[in-house]
Amino acid sequence: MDQLLQHGVNALILGGTYALLGIGLTLIFGIMRVVNFTHGELYSFGAYMMFMWVMFAGVNFFLALVLAVVLGIALGAVIEVILLRRLRGADIDTTMLVMIGAWIALQNAEQLAWSGVAKSIDNPFPASPLVLGPVSVSWNRLFVFAVALALIAASYALINRTRLGKAMRATFQDRETAALMGVEINFIHTATFALGSGLAAAAGALLGPVFVVYPTMGDLASLKAFAIVILGGLGSIPGATVGGFILAFMEELGAGYVSSGFRDGMGFLLIILILILKPTGLFAQKERIG
Amino acid sequence: MKRAATLAWLLFLFSVPLWLGDLYVLHVLIVTGIFIIAAMSLNLLLGYTGQLSLGHVAFFGIGAYVSSLVSLGFEVHLLPGWLVRLEPKPVWLGMALGIVFAGASGWVIGKISFKVRGAYFVIVTVSFAEVVRLVALNWVELTQGPMALNNIPALTLAVPGVFEFTFLRKPANYYLMLVVAVLCYVLIRRLVHSRAGRAMIALRENEPLATSVGVDVTRYLVLATMVSAAMAGAAGALYAHYVRIVDPDVFLFIYTVTMVIMVVSGGKGTLAGPIVGGLIFGLLPEVLRGLEIKPEVQWVVYGVLMILVVYFLPDGIVPAVRSWWQRRGEGPSADATGRPTAEAAR
Repeated sequence: MDQLLQHGVNALILGGTYALLGIGLTLIFGIMRVVNFTHGELYSFGAYMMFMWVMFAGVNFFLALVLAVVLGIALGAVIEVILLRRLRGADIDTTMLVMIGAWIALQNAEQLAWSGVAKSIDNPFPASPLVLGPVSVSWNRLFVFAVALALIAASYALINRTRLGKAMRATFQDRETAALMGVEINFIHTATFALGSGLAAAAGALLGPVFVVYPTMGDLASLKAFAIVILGGLGSIPGATVGGFILAFMEELGAGYVSSGFRDGMGFLLIILILILKPTGLFAQKERIG
Repeated sequence: MKRAATLAWLLFLFSVPLWLGDLYVLHVLIVTGIFIIAAMSLNLLLGYTGQLSLGHVAFFGIGAYVSSLVSLGFEVHLLPGWLVRLEPKPVWLGMALGIVFAGASGWVIGKISFKVRGAYFVIVTVSFAEVVRLVALNWVELTQGPMALNNIPALTLAVPGVFEFTFLRKPANYYLMLVVAVLCYVLIRRLVHSRAGRAMIALRENEPLATSVGVDVTRYLVLATMVSAAMAGAAGALYAHYVRIVDPDVFLFIYTVTMVIMVVSGGKGTLAGPIVGGLIFGLLPEVLRGLEIKPEVQWVVYGVLMILVVYFLPDGIVPAVRSWWQRRGEGPSADATGRPTAEAAR
């Protein structure tokens, strides 16, 4: 029972960052109809930026986190403007191929820049964990959880409460009509991709100090994000949020009670189950997001 | 005329080991040929049904592993007290089983993921490949995990008492590869021109319309996936018994990407496309290696090339060359949509 409790707490904390990854990916798919294979690269970009600022530049940990997210947003905007803008209206396969190309190029550029050796990042939190009865949690993970929750809340607020969010939702519903109503579609697409990328970079920057940083870390992140998004229903933000936590629980329990080698296979199992049982995802929505 | 051209091509391909002295180049050609078979199988899906299998290497790897395991034999504890044991079987049987297993897994994947359209098939295949890699890596008792399967026997064809031949040397393997490649080519060609092939093309062009005239779309998608997976499995089995060592790295995503680039750059939906693209991207790494370029740089080049091909040659090299040829007013015929017929591809 104690062990189960500990697994539950671990899953809860991991789930926050998974949800961030999922929300970013589902936003981009929902609004832009782009299957974003660079998502995992933005995740590892966030982690590497964290590594660079903290370990090389000696910047304060929290400032480095902000910088990593801002740079992630910037990189996302650049990718959108350079690669995707000219493919507006192209079919989903075309953009997918371009994103796969970008994924390969980015990942290997990263490997070239940082070498293939895994890196770890120091964190300023006390080494001794917080012990609550049978459960112990490191302060670092607690911080990750808190920031992830704050970012999830901020995304919801952005989409549901701001003018930009309203324009995003309008674009999601009907791109042409939104454009006729004066929504600047190009800007909405750039903003969406930048926001999704920023969330992925944030997840990477948060988890980088918890685990280690290596060039191919993004591949698994991409696969997990895809699983989360399919679970929640493509384009559904609440679905991605819940999906992130469900995947984290399945992974924790799978690793704890079955075999740790297949931890990363849980996402696939989840995809298969959802496709057999409820192919449109748990929260499939056709008309709106938010 | 066309028949003569085909014959000339075949003669040329079959004559290669006779005049090519460099065994390393022959080796590169064999491996490239094996990947071209895989790319052709991918083209059946991507080019003719419009579905991107981004885990195609899983079928390739399943073919390689099943074929190797059957010909090597194995002992596995499935459940406590239940030992499954397989004596080594002849290689041809292993290859056949490898193809069957790959085809069967393609059928299952197709059955599951074509319940819905959209990005699902891509995502399911990409994560399927990752899971198969995890299994190959972690089920050490069966697959030897990262220690790899070694000493895989080469293919031996024998009629007891009459003759026996083992495909050990490179020219022999070249011919083996070529025969399988030609078989796959002919099979794909026949399939594409059959009723099933026309149904696939119809659903690529306009799925609602195809459905409305009574094409059972899902059935044909699953069929195409199964055939494609079986062919990729055949390529994998060839590969395993040629290089004679298989490790979980055969499932690396980068091999799928190589196949996708081969198909897309050559021209998806044309019979010659994967061959042209395959030759370019199969030989390019060797050229780049000659220039002493780091592998990472090579992959960056691949990624950038892929983006450039999509921007500037969205249909691929073969259709681009063909339409250039046509503009000169003497080229082969195209169908009414301007899309060159598959017939003219070769």
